[in-house]
Amino acid sequence: MIINGVSIDDTFAEAFGMRGTRVIITAQNLKWAYNAAQAMTGFATSVIACGVEAGIERELTPEETPDGRPGVSVLMFAMGSAVLMKQLETRMGQCVLTCPTAAAFSGLEGGDRINLGKNLRFFGDGFQTSKVFGGKRYWRVPVMDGEFMTEETTGMVRAVGGGNFLILAESQPQALAACEAAIEAMKKIPNVIMPFPGGVVRSGSKVGSKYKTLIASTNDAFCPTLKGITKTELSPEIESVMEIVIDGLTAEDINKAMYVGIAAACELGAANGIKRISAGNYGGKLGPFLFKLRDIMSGDYA
Amino acid sequence: MSALTFTLKNAPQQRVDLSALTPDALAGKSLADIAAIALPSGHEQPRVDALFDISGDDATDIVIKNATDRLDYIGHGMRSGRITIHGNVGSYLAFKLRKGEIVLQGNAGDFAASGMAGGLLHVHGNVGDFLASAIIGERRGMKGGTVIITGNAGERAGDQMRRGLVLIEGNVGSYCASRMIAGTIGVMGTTGEYLAYGMRRGTVLLNNAPKLHATIQDCGSHTLPFLSLMFKSFRDLPTKFAAINRNRVQRYAGDIANDGKGEILVFK
Repeated sequence: MIINGVSIDDTFAEAFGMRGTRVIITAQNLKWAYNAAQAMTGFATSVIACGVEAGIERELTPEETPDGRPGVSVLMFAMGSAVLMKQLETRMGQCVLTCPTAAAFSGLEGGDRINLGKNLRFFGDGFQTSKVFGGKRYWRVPVMDGEFMTEETTGMVRAVGGGNFLILAESQPQALAACEAAIEAMKKIPNVIMPFPGGVVRSGSKVGSKYKTLIASTNDAFCPTLKGITKTELSPEIESVMEIVIDGLTAEDINKAMYVGIAAACELGAANGIKRISAGNYGGKLGPFLFKLRDIMSGDYA
Repeated sequence: MSALTFTLKNAPQQRVDLSALTPDALAGKSLADIAAIALPSGHEQPRVDALFDISGDDATDIVIKNATDRLDYIGHGMRSGRITIHGNVGSYLAFKLRKGEIVLQGNAGDFAASGMAGGLLHVHGNVGDFLASAIIGERRGMKGGTVIITGNAGERAGDQMRRGLVLIEGNVGSYCASRMIAGTIGVMGTTGEYLAYGMRRGTVLLNNAPKLHATIQDCGSHTLPFLSLMFKSFRDLPTKFAAINRNRVQRYAGDIANDGKGEILVFK
């Protein structure tokens, strides 16, 4: 399969089941909603060392938020419910409770209910009060800027993490330009985040290492500087490879995001140095979700 | 199907307990069964058809016409459906209401919404004392649900109220929110003396500045974000409170003689 001169590999991305949640963060204005959300989703690129993978899903207009203020929605994913609950509570306490004017609300009606501000209320040292509106409990915690308001719980659902594709280009600037175009398009898809810096990861990994203590190491088959000394996957003209990793609330959401991302990269085409699209997998034996590139690009979304 | 309608024939001499006439209690009963229900009234137990003309067949939608202030306990423990009442009613309207809706086109007596735990009570008129309060011997008043009063409420409205929402579009008497445990009371009109006497927690929302006693303390003027959320939750309610969209208030806290975590918010 070739799209605009870009070869689509006959391969697939392999993804795993995760637990996901959504939090709506509002503030006096978007600037401060972003400040809280960016702090909350900081150091959350990979579950390998961060505990969770998190990102800002999209901006919300005042009409879309519970308290009528501007806000953003944050998605957070982890390999298990216990880790997700712990990380959510920690990040809420250190990043949202602390952020001037910020408030936090549930972003998922369904799923299991997990603590959002339920335990943060104790920061109020007895001066906290709760209110129930529309069957939902909210906590008001007195803080130095006024009151911190948070919903008591949010929803946690079974989600999918680790959808991905690789962009192989003739130069590093061209690979990055294609990634930027892909991320710009993918940000418009709801229910997904691309958790790495700017949505892009340059250090794709393989399982295992020559060093016994490491469980993952550089994906040498896709490292352009090693073409001559390793069992490479790269043809001579490929000088840079970048990966986009996608976590989503459902496999369908990841399908959509992968389609628009790959389509945007292919839009630049071979004329702009984009040569191949590939994907990372473990032979299809580890992850229950397989996203076949050619099926996605020729399927319902094409 | 038409609403199951009870039209009072004559004003009773004694008070009548109408606890038995709720949608869930009458579900599945024939008109003959309903007519034969005995209603406690003093030393007697008159049949329903001795007091009321009965028409209609939809027990989920009950209408009581020509009501008088001798009719007590309307909607007692109701768990579903709707009761509409035309005329005045006696005490204990919506007593321990769980779910469903009671609409009164008239005035109610004392202890309306006492022990109420859910549902909606909408009174197009005035209510007596002890609205949403605990009855004698109980330690908690209203425990949930929504009460809307378009007229005035008497004294002790919200006494020992535990949870829920009471919106009074008119005035309230003395000791409103006394010993209040939690919940929200809104008053558009004026309030009487000793507002929030012994209040522990909860919120009283006022349109007019109240006269406060010594153990209610001024905490200053504030813009409280939770008020936006609260007024948004009022939007679908059939009340003047639904039109409010302000969150700048003067905050008073108390009663510091009794825990002091309650608040009185007065619109600026």
